[in-house]
Amino acid sequence: MTKTIKNVICTFCGTLCDDLEVDVTDDEKKILQVRNACAIGAEKYLHVGNPGRVVVPRMRQPDGTYKDVSYDEAIDFAAKTLLKAKKPLFYGWSSTNCEAISAGNVLAEKTGGVIDNCATVCHGSSLLAIQDTGVPSCTLGEVKNRADRIIFWGCNPAHAHPRHMSRYSIFPRGFFTAKGQKGRKIICVDCRETDTAKVADTFVRIKQSYDYEIIDAFRTVLRGEEIPDEVGGVPAEKIKEVIDILKSGRFVTLFFGMGLTHTLGRNHNIDEAINFIRDLNDYTKAVLIAMRGHYNVTGAGQVLGWQYGYPFACDLSRLTVARHNPGETTSVDLLVRHEVDACVVIASDLAAHFPFEATRTMASIPTITIDPHISMSTELSDLHIPVAIVGVEVGGCCYRMDNVPIETRKCVDAPEGVLDDEELFNRISKRVDEILAENGVQDASEYLAKIEQES
Amino acid sequence: MTEFIIKNGHVFDAVTGQKGDVADVCMKDGKIVDKVSNSATVIDATGKTVMAGALDVHTHVAGPKVNLGRWYRPEDKFRLGERCSAKIDPKTKIEGGFSIPTVYKTGYEYARMGFAFLMEAAMPPLYSRHTHEEIRDTPIVDEAAMPVFGNNWFMFEYLKNGEIDNAAAYVAWMLRQTKGYGIKCVNPGGSEAWAWGLNCMTVNDPVPYFEITPKEIIAGLITTNEELHLPHSVHLHSNNLGNPGNFQTTLDSLKIAEDFKPNNNLGRKTVLHHTHIQFHSYGGTGWGDFESKSKEVMDYVNKTPQISIDTGSVTLDETTTMTADGPFEYHLGALNHLKWGNVDVELETSSGVVPYVYDPKVKVCDIQWAIGLEVPLFAADPMRTMITTDHPNAGPFTRYPRLYAWLMDKKYRDDLLNSFKYATKVIDATYLAEIDREISLYELSQMTRAGPAQVLGLSGSMGGLAPGMNANVAVYNINPDNMQKGIELENAFAKSAYFFKDGVKVVENGVVLEADPVVKKTYWVNAKVPENKQVMHDINEKFLKYYSVSLGNYEVIDHYAPHQEIIEV
Amino acid sequence: MKTVTIKLKKVPGLYLECESVTPDKFAGKSLDAIAALPCSEGKSNYKLGDWFEISGSAGATAEETKIDVYGPGTSKCKYFGAWMSAGEVVINGTADMFTGSWMTGGKLHVKGDVRSFSGLQMKGGEMLIDGRAWNYLGAAYRGDWRGMQGGLIRVKGDAGSDLGTFMNGGTIIVEGNVDIHVGTHAEGGTIIVKGKAHRRVGGQMVKGEIYVFKGCDVMMPGFKKIEEREIEVDGEKHVFNVFIGDLGERHPKSKGEVVYGHLYTLKE
Repeated sequence: MTKTIKNVICTFCGTLCDDLEVDVTDDEKKILQVRNACAIGAEKYLHVGNPGRVVVPRMRQPDGTYKDVSYDEAIDFAAKTLLKAKKPLFYGWSSTNCEAISAGNVLAEKTGGVIDNCATVCHGSSLLAIQDTGVPSCTLGEVKNRADRIIFWGCNPAHAHPRHMSRYSIFPRGFFTAKGQKGRKIICVDCRETDTAKVADTFVRIKQSYDYEIIDAFRTVLRGEEIPDEVGGVPAEKIKEVIDILKSGRFVTLFFGMGLTHTLGRNHNIDEAINFIRDLNDYTKAVLIAMRGHYNVTGAGQVLGWQYGYPFACDLSRLTVARHNPGETTSVDLLVRHEVDACVVIASDLAAHFPFEATRTMASIPTITIDPHISMSTELSDLHIPVAIVGVEVGGCCYRMDNVPIETRKCVDAPEGVLDDEELFNRISKRVDEILAENGVQDASEYLAKIEQES
Repeated sequence: MTEFIIKNGHVFDAVTGQKGDVADVCMKDGKIVDKVSNSATVIDATGKTVMAGALDVHTHVAGPKVNLGRWYRPEDKFRLGERCSAKIDPKTKIEGGFSIPTVYKTGYEYARMGFAFLMEAAMPPLYSRHTHEEIRDTPIVDEAAMPVFGNNWFMFEYLKNGEIDNAAAYVAWMLRQTKGYGIKCVNPGGSEAWAWGLNCMTVNDPVPYFEITPKEIIAGLITTNEELHLPHSVHLHSNNLGNPGNFQTTLDSLKIAEDFKPNNNLGRKTVLHHTHIQFHSYGGTGWGDFESKSKEVMDYVNKTPQISIDTGSVTLDETTTMTADGPFEYHLGALNHLKWGNVDVELETSSGVVPYVYDPKVKVCDIQWAIGLEVPLFAADPMRTMITTDHPNAGPFTRYPRLYAWLMDKKYRDDLLNSFKYATKVIDATYLAEIDREISLYELSQMTRAGPAQVLGLSGSMGGLAPGMNANVAVYNINPDNMQKGIELENAFAKSAYFFKDGVKVVENGVVLEADPVVKKTYWVNAKVPENKQVMHDINEKFLKYYSVSLGNYEVIDHYAPHQEIIEV
Repeated sequence: MKTVTIKLKKVPGLYLECESVTPDKFAGKSLDAIAALPCSEGKSNYKLGDWFEISGSAGATAEETKIDVYGPGTSKCKYFGAWMSAGEVVINGTADMFTGSWMTGGKLHVKGDVRSFSGLQMKGGEMLIDGRAWNYLGAAYRGDWRGMQGGLIRVKGDAGSDLGTFMNGGTIIVEGNVDIHVGTHAEGGTIIVKGKAHRRVGGQMVKGEIYVFKGCDVMMPGFKKIEEREIEVDGEKHVFNVFIGDLGERHPKSKGEVVYGHLYTLKE
């Protein structure tokens, strides 16, 4: 016999589809089948039962090999490593639930850490732009029900967010959009002809790194001013044509991705795009939405926001103040500048995504990786603590790319004895408290002064 | 079995009718009691003021737009070169932010001022999980949140067709789904119109496509509210907020309440709460001849017992405005050209966030400030008048002490009024200079304790010091026989000498004693209605067709609100 | 003027936050009291005396105090001269982030380079950098729309990107070249680049003046040439092409006239 779990939330990308159906065995141990998911999402569920899963923590030995240790030993090692560091970095958070993030942030405050999430190498530049100019946005359901002009700028949902186009942006029929795709005009702006560009009505091919100038040209045209004959490889005629399409719409939505956030100028590109959308509101209704990548990178920022006031790159290292200054308190900068002396990688793969310089620093300082899987980061760490997989083996709150929170569902049991992230952080926090009490000190700063004096 | 006795304080409490009488207040196991045993801890309150814990009837402290404000204003934590993020007391967490404080600062600062209960004023239902997550992480103070209904597609259809039973069944379902407290209505119809870039400026402007008027929405919501016997009345932010000459729209909106009578078992006597009425009491035809119409509005409020209001008083600070009134925020952003945040929510509402500087050098800001003080000073019934700053729209809640001092000390407010660059013009356009009234401590206890508790239907357990009520007690270093003035009065309100929440001493001399000293509760209302197949069918259909989440993933499940206080009606 | 000399004993391991090193904090204090001022490295709290040898004559007012800073390792020290309002600070070497940020008066002289975020939101005073400046020189803090409001920054070498973002007033002179995003969102003030600017000069600016002597690699499309004019800039007289912009941005009106940002490039 099998059981079917309905309305399962796919914990892969920021689209956070919540209509999956998962068949599991009666004892809730094994996943048999996944329906409604895209190929990537289905694999997330189906690979869980594959052999080779790490189920106990592994500690690096002097000879470079890993040795299995108990959770207690791992937790003790983690607590001591964090307390002994002057400034530990907590990086990741994008693939776990908000409950774990909250518990982790408590630990970071206790140990004077820097909390940074994957936005730092992803949509962090969008957040900087939002800090500079705000953001007119909406939920994805509004797009589905109202939008008749869609722009994809520097993003390729056909590959990165496979169900985005069918659920929200191009194809769905909503309340005021009964004609579905036929009622919409799709514009794709990119420097290469992606699969998303192929389904667009209008494709604007631009010269790489000219996004800022081109959006400025759009805005200049919108204000009725003249622009040069060609901007960034786009003829002025094409720019005017796009403006006409947008102005004639009732509801314009701009989706943007890494192609805008990580080309020359980064946050300034988004800044200009936000202002373009703001200007369009003088003529019609217009909004924009960032195509956030990992399924809960948004939630990591939300929790950090309500606890300390910043969306990412929050420096608590003085124990008395929370600071935020991307360029200084962002993970890559901290690692490249050698400003941190311990590193915790949680629910993300630092070594796979960071520049080589940064990864080299990470490998040279005490590093603890908390991840259900073996990754490049685990192989460069001093300790790997395996945990249950959020959205498959444990539930919890996650935030969609439009900041809508959705409670993920547990489908099967985690392997016996494997902790979830939240419990793990609570236990490390508890161990930190114990160590502080054993040493008769009030906080981590006093602890550090004490051991410095003793040595 | 913790017992406390607060001895010899001057007690101000509208529930027991004490007007500064020297008396003892006893607490045992989280409740106010008649007497305690000899082993009770004695708190000497000689020469001090004792009141119940305060309630904030309208504040924006949790939810998506508040957090967007926190996200996009790092400079709010780093104001004018000074870090506004700090660990203040030895055992608390790092507190940050001035106009949009973090959840920790919110809980601690409210507790330092002696607040026990906050009403989060606007919760978009789709985002209610987020709101509850923030509420859960806010220490000490009890909280509730009101979902917004004034631009909801279901309500448009039911109210337009006069299907009050269906509307009631839908509201009851929604309150259960979102763990919400009551019916909030923001810019009825206007926020839906904003989804097309439009607005509803009067109570008779029809909503695009849905063809229902704000007047019909407000009347329908009041009918629904009374049919459900909800503890709180409809909580209205009417159309045309913030525009010169809008007092007429305000009066039109208030008049809708005339035809209704309260229907509930919880002691509520009102059917309509009009929030931040300062923003709705403007005369003039533009910013040039902008003037106060607070008298006209308050005259009507005073003679209409079904209406309660809160003030939304301006504190003349740099702050961050945030409201579910999307079109207003767009216009404000176009006016000051600072960063504009906007979130439209499918089928439900819109919202916006814009930083704003209430600059004392600007005439309009000063007139707004004066109106915010005139409203409570004109109020005939303190039980129906609540002092708020519509935090953070007219100013951060941390300015309540200053606001109290302005209201209680004529010289303090007049000194400021006369110091304005355009003082003569401001005085000409307002009534404030002519008002001699000073709010008394007893009236203050009505406006901040008994009043809001009654309006929220919580008068059985909060806002007073009668035996059996929750042991929320604030003690201030204020001697009524020799009252401080001005800034000293302000400081005394900002840092309570003691604050007890549910019988636990959480603040002493303005210092929060523990990081998580007491269990904080989330209040929500479970309204029972007969099963309604039509409504369930409509809900299923709309979720299938128009929502971007599944119906099965909409409900706020219990672990978002670990300590619930459910009011069954 | 009394001079206090502080010399680092060793290179900090990670970095050192030295916001105590300003004439304001040193004013009226003995050498011992100065040595007791705080500095920090992560969660380790130290005293200035733990890290610096402190000598010279102390005790003057802020206006009469000069601080001479010597390495090794000044390049790992942040916040030198930040929030200073008077007096003089000389750094004999390269200084790390936030050097002279939020300063309101006095003189700051860096004999090497300064790293990013120096001169942030400066309100007054004078800052001279002999070497090059990294990114965000004289810019606004994250999210703030009030950037540099007054004072003078002069860089002898090159400057990085995001120079003078959200600038409202004051003057920045770069004698070398600059990278991308010069005077973005500027609402006032003057930026003078004697070398070349790479790209995106004056993007989204609504007011203020930017002079680029050796031209921009790519001009912003929102700028329109209005005239050629001879102007004296920083003691040099040249004929400039005068542009107004950024025409894509919303511009304020002053006395009925629309206000524009001005960009001047040298006529060849």
